[in-house]
Amino acid sequence: MARKVTLQRKLGFTALAWFLGCIMFFPIFWMILTSFKTEIDAIASPPLVFFQATWENYQLVLNQSDYLKYFGNSVVIAGGSTILALLVAIPSAWSMAFSPTRHTKDVLMWMLSTKMMPPVGVLVPIYLMLKYMGLLDTRTGLVIIMMLINLPIIIWMLYTYFKEIPSEILEASRMDGAVLWKEIVYVLLPMALPGIASTLLLNLILAWNEAFWTLNLTAANAAPLTAFIASYSSPEGLFWSKLSAASTMAIAPIMVLGWFSQKQLVTGLTFGAVK
Amino acid sequence: MGNIVLEKVNKCFGDVEVIPSVDLDIKDGEFVVFVGPSGCGKSTLLRLIAGLEDLTDGKIVIDGVDVSDSTPAKRELAMVFQSYALYPHMTVRKNIAFPLKMAGMPQDEIDKKVMAAAESLNLTDYLERTPGLLSGGQRQRVAIGRAIVRSPSAFLFDEPLSNLDAALRVNMRIEITDLHKELKTTMIYVTHDQVEAMTMADRIVVLQAGNVEQFGSPLDLYNKPVNRFVAGFIGSPKMNFVKGKDADEFNAHEIGFRPEHMKVSTTKGRWKGVVSVAEHLGADTFLHVKTKEVGTIVTRSDGEINVNYGDTVYVSPNTDKIYRFGADGLAL
Repeated sequence: MARKVTLQRKLGFTALAWFLGCIMFFPIFWMILTSFKTEIDAIASPPLVFFQATWENYQLVLNQSDYLKYFGNSVVIAGGSTILALLVAIPSAWSMAFSPTRHTKDVLMWMLSTKMMPPVGVLVPIYLMLKYMGLLDTRTGLVIIMMLINLPIIIWMLYTYFKEIPSEILEASRMDGAVLWKEIVYVLLPMALPGIASTLLLNLILAWNEAFWTLNLTAANAAPLTAFIASYSSPEGLFWSKLSAASTMAIAPIMVLGWFSQKQLVTGLTFGAVK
Repeated sequence: MGNIVLEKVNKCFGDVEVIPSVDLDIKDGEFVVFVGPSGCGKSTLLRLIAGLEDLTDGKIVIDGVDVSDSTPAKRELAMVFQSYALYPHMTVRKNIAFPLKMAGMPQDEIDKKVMAAAESLNLTDYLERTPGLLSGGQRQRVAIGRAIVRSPSAFLFDEPLSNLDAALRVNMRIEITDLHKELKTTMIYVTHDQVEAMTMADRIVVLQAGNVEQFGSPLDLYNKPVNRFVAGFIGSPKMNFVKGKDADEFNAHEIGFRPEHMKVSTTKGRWKGVVSVAEHLGADTFLHVKTKEVGTIVTRSDGEINVNYGDTVYVSPNTDKIYRFGADGLAL
C-alpha cells in the first residue's frame, strides 16, 4: 500500500514538474518555432504549428545587421563586468566573512537594498555621469555599469560561500607563512571554487540578459545582443519571424552555456543549504 | 631558539576585557601548558602569541625581538589547531609542504624535508591522500607534520587532542611529549584537561578570567597552590573545601584536603556520613560521602575497599596534608 502511494506521488510530482517546465519553456519554444516561419505564417491565426520551415529569416538577419559585432559586445560587456566584479567582490567578501565588524551586516543589507531600487530612478544621473566622462556608448562604460549593478549580488553570494569555510584553515595558512594574497590564492579560492564558479555563471547570465542599461546607454558602437533584438521591433512595424530569429541567435550562446553548466549552477546555488 | 616573553599583555574585545594584564617568561625549549576552565582566556592568549589576534596593549618579545605588531608569518611559530585545519583540497604531501612552499624553498629541498617529516610521523603511506580520507589520529599527525617541517622557533598547540577518542588521546599525548624531547623546541600547549597539563608540562600556567593565577611546575601547583582556585583546579577528583569551626581549628578561613589524603573507616573518624556515590575504577575507588557537618566529601581509596552506595562511613583528613586559605582565597 505504502509503495503504491509513493509511486503515485512520484508520478504526480513528475507530471507537475514537466507541466511547469513546459509552461516556462513554451515562450522560448514558440520563439524558436516562429524564427523558422515566413512573416505571413508567423502572424497566421490560428497560429500554425505545422508549416514549411525556412532559414530565410536567419540569412536576412545576418545580412542586414552585424550579428558578430553585437555578439562581441555582449561577450566583452558580460565577461568583462563579471571578471571585474569578481576581482572587487572576492576581497570584499573575504574581509566581511572572516574579519566582520559590528557593521558588516548593515553594509551587506545596504548593498542589497540598492538592488531594490528601480534602475530607472538613477538613469538620469548615471547617463549624465557617463556622458561627462565620455563613456556613453562605449564598452568600458557598460562594463563598469554592469559590474556595479551586479556587485551586490556577487558579494552576497561569495560571502555566503566564504562563510562556510572554517576560518581556522585560513589562520593555519597565515601561521604557515602565507601573506594575504597567497592566503587568498592558495587556500581560499581553491576551497571556494564551486561557489565562485556558480557566481561567475550566474553573473554572466544576468549581465548577458540585462537590457535596461544596455539599451539606454548604447547606440551604435557598444550595443550588445539585447540591442540587436530591440532593433527588430522597429517603427516600420513588427517583423515577428525576423525578431524571433534575432532573439534566438541572441539567447543561443547563453542557453548553451546554461545547459552545460546547469549542474554546477544548481550545486552552487544550493551550496550550504543541504549541509 | 624560542624564548617568549609577555609583558603586560592586555586584550579587549570591544568593551570586554578578556585578558587584563599578563606577564610571562617562557624559556627556550620549555613545554608550557596553559590550563584553565573554558572562557578563561587561554586560547586568546595563545592566539595573541601566534599573532592571530592583535594586542590591545603590552608587548610580546620572541628571542629578544618585539613582535607585537608582526604578522603571524613573521613570528616563525607553528600552530596545531583543535580542528587540525588541514587544507582539504591538498594531498597530505602538499599540506606538509605548504609552509616550505610559502617560505620559497627549492622544490628538491621541500621533497626531502616532507619525506623526513612523513617518516618520523608514520605518514609515508598516506602522502598522496587528501585529509578527508584520513582518520582523526592521522589528520592530527599531518597537522603536526606541517608544524615541524619548517623547524619553527616554537610550537603552539590549541587543544589539539580534544577531538580524539580517549585511547588515541593518550597515545598522541605521549607522541607529543616524545616529540618535545626529541626536538627540544619551545612548546606552548593549551588544554582544559588537567591530566594533559600535569603529564606533559615542564611548567603550567593556570588561568582564570584572563589572569595568571600561578605559573609553576606540575608538582609545585599540586603541592603548593597559591590560592583556592589553583588548589581546586589542579587534582582529580577536586580538593574538598571546608569552612567554619573545622577551619578555625587550623587557624584559617577555609581549609582544603585532597581526596587522596582522606582516611575512610567504617568504625571511627572525624565526620560521619553516608556514601551517595561509589565509583569503583579498579585501581582506585572514589567515594562521595554526604556528611551532616561539612557537606559532601570526596575520597580516593584503594580499589579493594569494600564500601558501596548507602553505607555509613567515617572520613578523616590527614592533618599533615591540609591546605589553609585566608578569607581572600590566598594560601596561608
